[in-house]
Amino acid sequence: MQFSLSSSPHNRVRRDTSQVMRMVCYACIPGILAQTWFFGWGTIIQISLAIMTAIVTEATILELRKKDVSRGIRDYSAILTALLLGICLPPLAPWWLIVIGTFFSIAIVKQLYGGLGFNMFNPAMVGYVVLLISFPISMSAWLPVQSMAQTPYDFIDAFTVITTGYSQSGYSLVQLQLGVDGITQATPLDAVRTGLLSGMTYSETLSSPIFSSGWGWSTGWSAVSIAYLLGGIFLLQQRIINWHMPISMLAGVVVTAGLLNMIAPDQTGSIPFHLFSGAVIFGAFFIVTDPVSGSTTDKGRLIFGALIGFWTVIIRTYGGYPDAVAFAVIIMNIAVPLIDYYTQPRTYGHQS
Amino acid sequence: MSEFKELTWQGLWNNNPALVQLLGLCPLLAVTTTAINGLGLGIATLLVLVGSNITVSLVRNFVPNEIRIPIFVMVIAAFVTIVQLLMNAFTYELYLALGIFIPLIVTNCAIIGRAEAYASKNPVKESAFDGFIMGAGFALVLVCLGAMRELIGSGTLFTGAELLLGSWANGLKLQVFSPEQPFLLAILPPGAFLGMGLIIALKNIMDTRMARWFAPKKEKIVERARVTTEAN
Repeated sequence: MQFSLSSSPHNRVRRDTSQVMRMVCYACIPGILAQTWFFGWGTIIQISLAIMTAIVTEATILELRKKDVSRGIRDYSAILTALLLGICLPPLAPWWLIVIGTFFSIAIVKQLYGGLGFNMFNPAMVGYVVLLISFPISMSAWLPVQSMAQTPYDFIDAFTVITTGYSQSGYSLVQLQLGVDGITQATPLDAVRTGLLSGMTYSETLSSPIFSSGWGWSTGWSAVSIAYLLGGIFLLQQRIINWHMPISMLAGVVVTAGLLNMIAPDQTGSIPFHLFSGAVIFGAFFIVTDPVSGSTTDKGRLIFGALIGFWTVIIRTYGGYPDAVAFAVIIMNIAVPLIDYYTQPRTYGHQS
Repeated sequence: MSEFKELTWQGLWNNNPALVQLLGLCPLLAVTTTAINGLGLGIATLLVLVGSNITVSLVRNFVPNEIRIPIFVMVIAAFVTIVQLLMNAFTYELYLALGIFIPLIVTNCAIIGRAEAYASKNPVKESAFDGFIMGAGFALVLVCLGAMRELIGSGTLFTGAELLLGSWANGLKLQVFSPEQPFLLAILPPGAFLGMGLIIALKNIMDTRMARWFAPKKEKIVERARVTTEAN
């Protein structure tokens, strides 16, 4: 009998990369279900397209780089990237959009830098930003909540709109975007932004039909955020992610939005509006917690998350695009080496 | 003649000002939104480079060593002004399209680099040829990058050829494919950086492949094992 000597901790959860990635995928399920419930089947089709593209791209590039293809695919990292990107896209965006975005995420952002573990930037977010900058019209074609839509669509419709641009009964994407009142519905962030730009006050923009109550809670959109919050809490409870980044990012959003709202209550959104619209909740638990492109020290993670929250609100308020989580994540990805350099933890037994 | 052959090889490939020396990146990345813009700036740079190399080479024995750089810069600035006025006169639309980047040729490090490294030490004929080849190497990269960005961005090639070449070139525009929406990233500055990186990577891959291809093959040394015992 042989006694093996090893240092503590002796009893720990053994998870390999693929298990972690799969758990994150599972944690997205409540959010995806909510998105499908409120915005129709499009999201599911986008995610499937994204996953197929990701697997093909990843396999091709690993083959070109003479790496172990099946091992690369089985770590689920490409699938997770594709899933996250598919979630971010408007449900009925044309098929080539998600294909270009996923290809860019996997081939250029991830594999050109050396594959999993070497990418400087969050692949899904760079893919998203590339699409947003290149195809602004398609990327802002969000649908109204289906219960408020003039023409709700079913699964087959979703498929034909994504592939050909028209639904079975001949409706185009622009027509499907109309709400019951016959007006194209924007996202809550869009609605507030357009309202503020046209000289309305924040409280006046909240009277638009997309907000069902007066304090920044929008039907559907906020419910999707809550569903992602549930998934995020599951990840925290399973210890897949640390609390540092999500909590500090949410805190960053709350503090920045609170300060801006205190200074100029009529020109900026309220705290719950910033928290529960757009990608803040989803980003806090699923995007900034990426272990590769984020900071690696505990103190650094707090700074990283808080600054993402800060930039999100700042860019939303003063920038050119309605939502800003992706931009904030990319900005802070650049700063990660600097943050890590200044937040080196003290080695036990050494002076600081 | 081998000097000229060597210069050609150096300027176009081995020591290409854009791909290897990475000089003059600012205009390279900024104006290459279409192949024709790239070609226009490439030709302008080439003319300046030839002119400045000839002049610098002519005066190389009279210029005091201590103040050679200011003198070279003045020579280059004079040629840039000439080219700028010529483009203003003959290719006005292209002159407007390239804008500030024509006067900025004067700050292109490739030009002062060649004046300092080659023309100030070599006779006129070689210097002129060196300027021409280096300019051609630079222009080649400009055209490649411009064509790549134009093709990916909007699916066309040689848009606006008539601005540079006159009205007969109207038919040169190729519509390779017509995208529903232009791929703006390729046309915006990030596309220039990405494209440039990919072109440099491609050159490096080709270099390693060629090095392996032309590597002298090792002669097979046959070693025989002795199988019989020596008779003694």
